[in-house]
Amino acid sequence: MKNILLLLALFVAPHVLGDELNVAIASNFSSVSPHLGELFFETTGHRAVFSYGSTGKLYAQIVNGAPFHVFLSADVARPKLLEQSQVAISDSRFTYAIGQMVLWSPTIEFDSPEILSSDINHLAIANEKLAPYGHAAKQFLSRAGLWDSLQGKIVRGENVAQALLFVDSGAANIGLVSLSQVQFRQGNVYAVPSDEHSPIAQQAVLLIDTTAARAFLALLRSEAGRQVIQKYGYLVP
Amino acid sequence: MNDADIVALLVTLKLALVSTVVLLILGTPLAWWLARTQWRFKFILETLVALPLVLPPTVLGFYLLVALSPTGPVGTLTNAIGLGSLAFSFSGLVVGSVIYSMPFVVQPLQDAFRNIGTRPLEVAATLRASPLDRFYSVVLPLAKPGFITAAVLGFAHTLGEFGVVLMIGGNIPGETQVVSIAIYDHVEMLEYTRAHWLAGGLLMLSFVMLALVYRLRGFRVSS
Amino acid sequence: MTIISARFVSERGTFHLDVDFELPEQGISAVFGPSGCGKTSLLRAIAGLDQSTGHLRIGEEIWQDENHFLPTHERALGYVFQEPSLFNHLTVDKNLTYGQSRIPASSRKVSFDDVVELLGIGPLLGRSPATLSGGEQQRVAIARALMTSPRLLLMDEPLASLDYDRKLEILPYIDALHRDLEMPVLYVSHDRDEVARLADHLLLMEDGHIVAAGAIGDMLTRVDLPLVQGGEAEAIIDARVSGHDDEFQLTFLDSPAGSFTVTGRGVEVGADVRLRIQAKDVSLTLAHQSDTSILNIFSATIDDIVPEGDAQMTVRLLVGEAPILARITRKSADNLGLSPGMKIFAQMKSVALLA
Repeated sequence: MKNILLLLALFVAPHVLGDELNVAIASNFSSVSPHLGELFFETTGHRAVFSYGSTGKLYAQIVNGAPFHVFLSADVARPKLLEQSQVAISDSRFTYAIGQMVLWSPTIEFDSPEILSSDINHLAIANEKLAPYGHAAKQFLSRAGLWDSLQGKIVRGENVAQALLFVDSGAANIGLVSLSQVQFRQGNVYAVPSDEHSPIAQQAVLLIDTTAARAFLALLRSEAGRQVIQKYGYLVP
Repeated sequence: MNDADIVALLVTLKLALVSTVVLLILGTPLAWWLARTQWRFKFILETLVALPLVLPPTVLGFYLLVALSPTGPVGTLTNAIGLGSLAFSFSGLVVGSVIYSMPFVVQPLQDAFRNIGTRPLEVAATLRASPLDRFYSVVLPLAKPGFITAAVLGFAHTLGEFGVVLMIGGNIPGETQVVSIAIYDHVEMLEYTRAHWLAGGLLMLSFVMLALVYRLRGFRVSS
Repeated sequence: MTIISARFVSERGTFHLDVDFELPEQGISAVFGPSGCGKTSLLRAIAGLDQSTGHLRIGEEIWQDENHFLPTHERALGYVFQEPSLFNHLTVDKNLTYGQSRIPASSRKVSFDDVVELLGIGPLLGRSPATLSGGEQQRVAIARALMTSPRLLLMDEPLASLDYDRKLEILPYIDALHRDLEMPVLYVSHDRDEVARLADHLLLMEDGHIVAAGAIGDMLTRVDLPLVQGGEAEAIIDARVSGHDDEFQLTFLDSPAGSFTVTGRGVEVGADVRLRIQAKDVSLTLAHQSDTSILNIFSATIDDIVPEGDAQMTVRLLVGEAPILARITRKSADNLGLSPGMKIFAQMKSVALLA
């Protein structure tokens, strides 16, 4: 009997000691989130459980009642809508990271976007209608006068993660993806200057008001949190 | 529904049609062989044919993406013979759909062929019909209901294909953007009305197709 | 007269077929034997439906030898299966023309109308096979097989799936076949009755082997074969109707055994018929008896005597040129002092006329 109680205590302890937190996170942040999660647990004793998805899908789920405490979006629009429709707690919206877009290829050598005018088979981007990185990609390409001429070669992933998959698998030999995805990979990178497109501001909102939730959002703004975010390829406001 | 959606619908119908035709052409000899052979390893082939029934389409799509890319096994081959890469192309989708819908075409055909048995073929042989002749004059007519089922199921199944196309399509309007992807995108962009129109249309079409199959089968009382 | 010559060795699971025989290229040759003895395997080997090593020659055509194997659809044969097996997706007339349309016009010796009339299937032509009775279906199946103008007709127990009445209905048609069409028929059966009625020639099979072969009259009366054992031992004699007795309603027949008298007068003069005389209906006397009710009495020579069980003997007699069997008790054989070579008289109590 004593053993069973001991076993139970071991299972229950973490939960008793700290809360569990459901966080909806845009997929592109998946490289950063585990480290934030660790930091969160170490400093607060709370456990964050991350659910990844495209911003749009997560938004639709939240609007239909998905029980997330916190939403880390890849854009500004969706958190804004949540705030307006009062699904999110008011005054909780803020920018937690700013995405850096890069032109990346594991196989082609290049040092400027001019490579796009030459012989590439496909350019992979996130769908510009659905994803902030796609939207930024379109802006950048339009400014560079390449958007129309590249239409025949552009393939769209549902999100920037799928765009990366297309390049990674070799089906497309170059893509516009996020720095955080490729910073530790082998390949050629061209960092797209931030003024070539409107900033890919990623905002967070509070959905369910709990101590742990507020603590998580606070972590994102804290010095320690910002350092982690920067380390993994994002800019901070 | 606007132009982009109609284009998506046309691409979808074209994909379903082409895939079904390819499947009937490839699937008929395969189903015939499976129905007749005594090879003790035929279960391996039957399992391969049935795999798409249980595999998540995204798994299929993922492996296809890897295989079709220029560095993958199929991609290297198609490049070598001058076809380029099949990824992000309508032809690539056809390849994916053929694999994805194969059990829906091969299995009804195999069952229909097996139900014919050997006797009608032996009779036809004694009546001077060569093997090919026997196939056309005896097997095909007797297996007609099976063909109808196979064609309709293959077509309807390809209409609804999503996971595979998501992986290897690249969402190119007029080429690889099919209705299921378009619906998904509409939802993502909060264009719920358009999503409803497209989804509803697809639902109706699928319903009508399947009702056709069941109605036709209902006429056969005995085999 | 050209012949059919065949030699096959094949194995199917544990069953081993090993045969070597020749057949006359005319008339009905029956393949007779117990279930599982290989009759159907033999037929299928001749048809080329089952692979087997061997040699098959029909007249001058070689259908199979060491170097080549003519596939079934190139062999000029007709095959009637045990179950009618009509094509369900075709009407009766389309079933009939299926084979005919696949041989060149110059080879079509059998006419559609003749076959339809022969098998009496005129009224069935537009119907679908599923609507026909078993007997009707089988008649159509036989007609269909004939329509390819085959050199050889193979029939695998064609009456086995029919009930007694249907059998009786079809037998005359099959009989007519071999009379009117002049093609050899190889007829498989395990039914003695059918064989007695139809066969001119008999192949006796057992366990994958051919035990004996010969003319029917001869085979049925060979004392070394199992056919003479049991209560069905009989002799078959071909005869021709020579006249009638109107007053007493009798029919007279001429045969190699002599002149027979049977009751009834349904068959016209000149008709070729078959007489069946069962061994148990034949009794023997040493002297000619005239004060007897039996009409058919012949002088005969005893050819051979074999035991039948503990108490009986089967006596093979030669009556004129024809062999006849008599079944008597061992005691009588002893009393009468019967031995081969003896001259004796045979009294036949019942002679059946098979029309």
